[in-house]
Amino acid sequence: MDRIPILKMGPFLLVTIQVDLYDRLALNLENDLIAMVSKTGARGVLIDISAVNIVDSFMGRILGNIASMSRIMDAETVVVGMQPAVAITLVELGLTLQGVHTALNVEKGMDLLYDRTDLLTTQEDEDNGEAPDDYNE
Amino acid sequence: MITMSKDTMQIVREQDVVPFRNRVRELAVKIGMSLVNQTKLITAASELVRNMLKYANGGKITLEIVNKNGQNGIRLIFADEGPGIENIPQAMQDGFSTGKSLGLGLPGTKRLVNEFDIKSVVGSGTTVTVTHWKNGR
Amino acid sequence: MNQSAQLLKKKKKTILENWIKNQLTEESLREDLISNDELRRQSEELLDKLTSALEKGNTEDIYNSDFEQVTDILSDISVTRARQGFSPREVTLYVLSLKQAVTDVMEKELRDKPEVLYKEILQFNKLIDSLSIHTFETYLRGREEVILRQTDEINEISTPVIRVWDGILALPIIGTLDSSRTQIVMENLLQEIVNTGSNIAILDISGVPAVDSLVAQHLIKTVSATRLMGAECIISGIRAEIAQTIVHLGIDLSNIKTKASLSSALQLAFSMLALEVKKKNANSFSGKVIR
Repeated sequence: MDRIPILKMGPFLLVTIQVDLYDRLALNLENDLIAMVSKTGARGVLIDISAVNIVDSFMGRILGNIASMSRIMDAETVVVGMQPAVAITLVELGLTLQGVHTALNVEKGMDLLYDRTDLLTTQEDEDNGEAPDDYNE
Repeated sequence: MITMSKDTMQIVREQDVVPFRNRVRELAVKIGMSLVNQTKLITAASELVRNMLKYANGGKITLEIVNKNGQNGIRLIFADEGPGIENIPQAMQDGFSTGKSLGLGLPGTKRLVNEFDIKSVVGSGTTVTVTHWKNGR
Repeated sequence: MNQSAQLLKKKKKTILENWIKNQLTEESLREDLISNDELRRQSEELLDKLTSALEKGNTEDIYNSDFEQVTDILSDISVTRARQGFSPREVTLYVLSLKQAVTDVMEKELRDKPEVLYKEILQFNKLIDSLSIHTFETYLRGREEVILRQTDEINEISTPVIRVWDGILALPIIGTLDSSRTQIVMENLLQEIVNTGSNIAILDISGVPAVDSLVAQHLIKTVSATRLMGAECIISGIRAEIAQTIVHLGIDLSNIKTKASLSSALQLAFSMLALEVKKKNANSFSGKVIR
């Protein structure tokens, strides 16, 4: 079964989507991410979609779902690197991803997450205990 | 409108969606469609193919390169033998859905392409025809 | 088989010569735009196709498939000529001068049969008239294409994206904002945001004559797309009368950051980026000495 790898980076989870998504794959991502947020108590989720050429209403809904579900578990979601053509298409489609934070690239997305979760000052103490690990189950 | 090339694809499983989207992209690149218009067309196609899989367990798609008044475009015909749509004006409204989707599929798709036509007979199937011109108008 | 077709076949050479001669004697012939050889080749091809169409017995309906080749050639010629800058008179005369050439020959050949002559000439006239209408229609279409292309070009050049500060882009919009223009504005703006990694874009609409609900919708779309990319968009240059119409039309811009002038938008952008611009020394730019 195809899965998209989820990386843990300190208090955040990092997902880079490098393949063309079909519905099942997107649904798996939603399930895996939410399970992972719950397991690790992550404070933020960063989804990099710079390599994604198509975001349709289903995929948009999954992104919105991830954001809402994470928020209930006290984690912020930021979607980074959306291509201009994808953004224009989503707006035309009528999907504005309310409630999802966006940033231009991974670096700015990380800054935003630190900003949103007030972790900049306390970050070092939390980081010490855990080594980053890959998620593959 | 003159048809310059014609090709058909059968869609039966969700995995067929990715090769179909690639095929649409190939055709769009072939006629020199800009990236934004390519993305709009493929997103629209992606919405329609999902509907076809969800409500009719698949169907047949005809992909054509067409020409009108010297301008090239792509026409996609989605024909299924599903239950059909009872109330088309209602299905074309933003936010209406019989399934659990956002209800942006049909109306959003119509906004993404230049020409949109839907015909449906309850009990025997639905045919959706979309056309998108090279320069998007 | 009808008379005209036979005649056209038999007398092809004479007709062609006459036709070319008619075209050449016409004052308005644009020798600068088309060579004699080219003219001859075009004319001969058209005459051949016309003859074979007439041989099928159809002398009336030029939209019938018998005439497809003839109308195709004519469309081709008129569209090319429209692009080359021929006047409508020149393009239509091309077809109409054939009428003279053919009727001259008919007159000579059918002199002793006036009834047939009359009928044939009438029929042929009607046909050529239809063909010249067709030519004119396609000529107009060719011109329209030229206009469309120029509109595209104007749109392209009239939407510059300016980098006003590190991380701040400005896009002054001048003229009406319709949907195709909005597309170009959006594409340019978003691409430039990616290229420069800018966080803030200022859309200045001081040069937009009027904002109605459609224009407002286009502005809202542009702002939404910018936000999806992860940047913020400020709309500036909202004049009093534009503010009035927006409120009168009941357009909701409350989700959008708006400012009256570009400078106040820039100030807002500075504060969003936590930048501070201040005067170094109060006396440093108090005046200029004119020498």
